[in-house]
Amino acid sequence: MNGKSSKKKVNYAKWGYIFILPFFVTFFIFSFIPLVDTIRYSFFEYYRSGLKEIGPNFVGVHNYKELFTTDLPKYASNTFILWIIGFVPQIIVSLLLAAWFTDARLKIRGKQFFKVVIYLPNLIMAAAFSMLFFTLFSDSGPINSFLVDHGIVDGPIRFMATVGGTRGLIGLMNFLMWFGSTTIMLMAAVMGINPSLFEAAELDGCTHRQIFFKITLPLIKPVLGYTLITSMIGGLQMFDVPQILTGGAGTPDRTSMTLIMYLNSHLSSKNYGMAGALSVCLFIVSAVLCFFVYKMMNSNDLDGSKAAAKKAKRERRGAKAS
Amino acid sequence: MKKKLLSMLLVSSMVAGILSGCGTSDESGKKVLNIWCWNDEFQSRFNDYYPEVETVAKDKSTTTLKDGTTVKWTIHPNKDNVYQNKLDEALKVQADASADDKIDMFLIEADYALKYVDEDADVAMPLSDVGLSDQDLADQYQYTKDIVTDGKGQQRATSWQAAPGLFAYRRSIAKAVLGTDEPEKVQAALSDWQKFSDVAAKAKDKGYKMLSGYDDSFRVFSNNVEKPWADGTTVTVDKNIMNWIEQTKAFTDSGYNNKTTLWDDAWVKDQGVDAKVFGFFYSTWGINFTLVENAGEEGKGDWAVCNGPQPYYWGGTWLVAANGTDNVDTVKDIMKKLTCTKDIMKEMTLNQEIQDYTNTVSGMKEIAESAGFKSEFLGGQNHVALFSDVAPKIDMSNVSPYDQGCNEKIQNAFKDYFNGNVDFDTAKKNFEASIKEVYPDIKEVVWPE
Repeated sequence: MNGKSSKKKVNYAKWGYIFILPFFVTFFIFSFIPLVDTIRYSFFEYYRSGLKEIGPNFVGVHNYKELFTTDLPKYASNTFILWIIGFVPQIIVSLLLAAWFTDARLKIRGKQFFKVVIYLPNLIMAAAFSMLFFTLFSDSGPINSFLVDHGIVDGPIRFMATVGGTRGLIGLMNFLMWFGSTTIMLMAAVMGINPSLFEAAELDGCTHRQIFFKITLPLIKPVLGYTLITSMIGGLQMFDVPQILTGGAGTPDRTSMTLIMYLNSHLSSKNYGMAGALSVCLFIVSAVLCFFVYKMMNSNDLDGSKAAAKKAKRERRGAKAS
Repeated sequence: MKKKLLSMLLVSSMVAGILSGCGTSDESGKKVLNIWCWNDEFQSRFNDYYPEVETVAKDKSTTTLKDGTTVKWTIHPNKDNVYQNKLDEALKVQADASADDKIDMFLIEADYALKYVDEDADVAMPLSDVGLSDQDLADQYQYTKDIVTDGKGQQRATSWQAAPGLFAYRRSIAKAVLGTDEPEKVQAALSDWQKFSDVAAKAKDKGYKMLSGYDDSFRVFSNNVEKPWADGTTVTVDKNIMNWIEQTKAFTDSGYNNKTTLWDDAWVKDQGVDAKVFGFFYSTWGINFTLVENAGEEGKGDWAVCNGPQPYYWGGTWLVAANGTDNVDTVKDIMKKLTCTKDIMKEMTLNQEIQDYTNTVSGMKEIAESAGFKSEFLGGQNHVALFSDVAPKIDMSNVSPYDQGCNEKIQNAFKDYFNGNVDFDTAKKNFEASIKEVYPDIKEVVWPE
């Protein structure tokens, strides 16, 4: 009797494990092993000279030492600057568009159409987009011909020969490519706010501006934070746009050379040791940023109301005590 | 039960679907010849002049030979070392590749020829093993043989062209600036760098630019160096490279050039009929491969060539039989027909669409001396006569395996200096940083006093 009942009890849990097994197997082979290898090679001298392979010879932390004698801080600041000049306009425009599109009183027509249009640049491959800009803004490109033909400037503006021009173009491209998807994410966040709050605010005579700053903005703070961190991680890995625009050289004066472009220049000479060391550094920075995202996503105080309440309580206590 | 049957059926059909992809790709067992190169120059020469060609695929990706062999073209761009990196990867697995995937022949350029003909690397078959005798190669220019000969004296590559440098100029602009478009008289006016600068000043007064961009005169300087770029782990920048920097900076600041970069759109436009650029430093292949197309139909006849201020060479393409090829006989035949057969090479030179300067000493001499040969594009000039004197004098003893990276990086680094973005010392530092990235074994860069 006993034996029969235990036979009848089917263990469904094992199927769950079996079905997720393929992911873990492929992750282990294609992601985990290379990851460990990268860390291992960062302690080795390992590159190609011509067709000859040098190494791998164990050299301890020599690669790291050499890495920090190069212009690494400059490339890090380049990456940050290129990211910020794309991110600031992106978040401002996205907020504005999200507020307009979700405003029930404005009744914007063709919302769906605009949503598709602003998202479209993201569908183009970054490399193709960059190539397009390179051609458009080249010294003899259509933008310059237009400016010269209409007498707006005397000679062609050499965008790619100036620091501001190159960085500006990269920022513009990143902005154009990403403001659509940020808008859509922020719209979802705004639509998640209880509409009765807006109604109540309107009945109390709030202006548009007040509603935006006092209700919308505080309530979408967690999503804004998420956007900031994910964009930062994406920015850290910025590569294809400046790579194609400057032909991999990060011109002028290496001011548009990002960290990943620097990594790529080591990889194209098959210098696995240095590339490994650089990758490990980038891994650590990304891991720290990811930790913040994780904390944020898993916190049960998404809108910060609990923390605010605690703070108020503490202040009240402090006031009492004094 | 039914369910089980159904799932069995599904699984078996899936497995069958996967396995069917693994069938033999080559239905008839015909041979495949893999050729690797970085542009379509050799491809079009091959399709037009190799006698065994039967048909060419519409997209040009393959060529079929008369014996049924399929020639598969693999083309990767030269820029940023892409071609070499891909080639190196493929050569690394050459021994394990299946017969149809093995590289049979690849092309190399002067800038990195030494890397591939090295006897330790042993990726190139010595021509004696391919089956070409000294007799076959006797009529080639000596320098085209020397550069691809390894330390043991074995020649490992062969070329169909010699590449003496030249200065190609616009006849109409020469007339406006110098009052003449005769190649001899123009040459006399440009015979050294001082005279060249004087003409540049004159051209500027008349509203023309002497050169298009920064890198145009680079090869003339870089070929006349005293020592190779690299020696061991040290890169030495030659005095003459510094002369190039000095001259280009002076030209840029005086407005003698158009601030373009080699091969970019603006540079190409500067060769068009509306452009105001006096001339371009080119090599013989540059006429057919680049200039004719860039100049367009209207530019035909408005060009001429002269030797320019200093003798030099630029580029050149060599054919290499890859070690491990399974089609040695076909490779040998291609090499023999296209690089050792005088008649075929002479035809390439005589073709008005090509006009390449080919690697046959006696053939070039015949054309140089024949009164009938005139280049329509060059306004009736017999340019072969001009080069048959300088081609035998080309000296490539100062090449090193690091030339491609050094040439590319110094042009890149000093572009910022010419543009006025950085000072001289920063440009130097940027060159040092980027050269160490490309070649991790380079530890030191030495600048002349």
